[in-house]
Amino acid sequence: MRLVQGNEAVVLGALAAGCNFYAGYPITPATEIMEQMARMLPGRGGVFIQMEDELAALGAVIGATWGGMRAMTATSGPGFSLMQEHIGYAAMTQTPCVVVDSQRIGPSTGQPTMPAQGDVMQARWGSHGDRPAIVVTASSVKDVYDMTQQSFTWAFTYRLPVVLLLDAVLSHMRENIELPAVSPPSLPTSADSADSEDPYKPFGNHPFVPFSANTRTIVSGLAHDETGNTRGAVGPASEQILRDSLSHLDEDYQKITRHRNYRLEDAQWLIISYGITARAARAAVDILRESGVRAGLLELMTLWPFPELIVKSIARHVQGILLPELNLGQLVLPLRAAVGGLCPVAGLGRADGELFTPEAIAQAMISHSRKIERRVSHHA
Amino acid sequence: MPNVGNDLHPYLRHQMMPTVWCPGCGHGNIARAIATSLERLELDLGHVVVLGGIGCSGRTPFYFNTNAMHTTHGRVLAFATGLKLANPSLTVIVAMGDGDALAIGAGHFIHAARRNIDLTVVLYNNSIYGMTGGQQAPTTPRSFRSTTSPFGGIEPAFDAVDLALAAGATYVARTTTFDFAEMPEYISGGIRHPGFAMIEILSQCPTYFGRLNQLGDAPEMIEYQRNHTVMAGDESQIGRDDLLGNLPVGIFRQEIRPEYTHQYAELSQAQGGDYRA
Repeated sequence: MRLVQGNEAVVLGALAAGCNFYAGYPITPATEIMEQMARMLPGRGGVFIQMEDELAALGAVIGATWGGMRAMTATSGPGFSLMQEHIGYAAMTQTPCVVVDSQRIGPSTGQPTMPAQGDVMQARWGSHGDRPAIVVTASSVKDVYDMTQQSFTWAFTYRLPVVLLLDAVLSHMRENIELPAVSPPSLPTSADSADSEDPYKPFGNHPFVPFSANTRTIVSGLAHDETGNTRGAVGPASEQILRDSLSHLDEDYQKITRHRNYRLEDAQWLIISYGITARAARAAVDILRESGVRAGLLELMTLWPFPELIVKSIARHVQGILLPELNLGQLVLPLRAAVGGLCPVAGLGRADGELFTPEAIAQAMISHSRKIERRVSHHA
Repeated sequence: MPNVGNDLHPYLRHQMMPTVWCPGCGHGNIARAIATSLERLELDLGHVVVLGGIGCSGRTPFYFNTNAMHTTHGRVLAFATGLKLANPSLTVIVAMGDGDALAIGAGHFIHAARRNIDLTVVLYNNSIYGMTGGQQAPTTPRSFRSTTSPFGGIEPAFDAVDLALAAGATYVARTTTFDFAEMPEYISGGIRHPGFAMIEILSQCPTYFGRLNQLGDAPEMIEYQRNHTVMAGDESQIGRDDLLGNLPVGIFRQEIRPEYTHQYAELSQAQGGDYRA
């Protein structure tokens, strides 16, 4: 057992995943990730560099990935906004990388030291155009470790930037965790790139192969086909690569989606929550149960692709759903779409820099349930 | 003598030809000078990466038979920095435009120069935004016209050489597309130089800069370059605020200072790491 800070767990999880390149720019509340990387990477033969801004940080990460390294960066809201340009570039060029966003109150400078969950939509849709996305979150320090490690696997499996959303509290919270003994995975090497295809197709469904003496890959943010060709009518080919990537995520939906059920078996009233808020939501379930309300919690660890099948299957068996989140109504939007009227959905939001107390969530669930019951009895 | 007749075909990615560059554009001459430099230095193309930003110059990487990256506007040096650090054995050549390097990417430009990381920047300066159709660039001289300075610009032009020198670049040179022999000479020098090298090349854009300012076709514009540049050191002829106002050309700095990946390797090894530059 070891007492580990949330931000430190990012570093430990990343190193366990074979991360050997970090580029970043200081920002509260993510800075400790960078500081730890600055201490740990040089002695391991990895690369740490402090860049001039967040645009450069993610640009360097993408360059390093094509240079054969496993690379990541971490930031918070204002930096995450700047990174959208290169998140789009990484998506367009199918460059595996990991971006951690420790959320703070926004918009703009907001409250740097206060937690939020206001980047949920930006993490999915922040860059212009369509793109496949995997966005995950965590509610404990151990989760942070596991999800960081997992993010690298998915980044390389699906060839995209994976975003891990934390928040100011989780980043700075310390918990005792058991660190598993791991041997870092082997890195892609130039030997992997020996490829006899003609013409060579470095994009589309091809696994990621970094630059080597054997490749002549051209990487571009312009629309391109599987060979990297940008000339002529490549629009349909470019769209096809995007569609294939999206289908790949659809096909592997079950493998990617991570969630936890708490006291759900006989639940009539469902709380759906994620990240730091899920901790209070879990306690709220206990409070509700003690007062005779059959509540249960579905904690989402994968936010995108949005786990709509799971949500739908549970929504069929409950009378109402409450989604508390530290924003003024973001994940509740895809939730409503997924539930599609199977039962009433209520959001509970705050964006003042404070966390929800379990009591506040329990109270909101009770109000939601009363409203529904009144409506039912009125119709009866 | 410039190697006019040399076979540069092995250095070029033929399926991407013809280039996007307009007839009379100087960028093809600069790209040719890069190819000539690769040939002169007998570089193994598998160990060269050509990168570009966005704009006319940004298309350069498409035309080289190397691994290549066409990146985002102004930010190519961030990609190049990550790439070079990940694999220091690579020769990394970065094509940037004047808008790329001196407007949207000026912040990245000065910091790459400050770090003295071993990259070779070839700055294609055509005094205008060509790809988007002739808007004012940070290099458009005062009083000259563009589609966004239709009555003549009121901003002074940026001097890339001054900026690179101030930021700490260790190899700084400028020439023009008229100087057919100097282009590959300076670029080769920059590639050989173990540090951040910046070679600015004044290029002609007859399509926009020339047409909007009645400067004539490519030959006249090239002749203008010849007549309005002087070798560095001949200070008496230097005036900055008109078109290429007798701009100095030549090599302005060539000195050895600690290079970034080598310094990083020292740091890594001192900490027990095995990073090698």
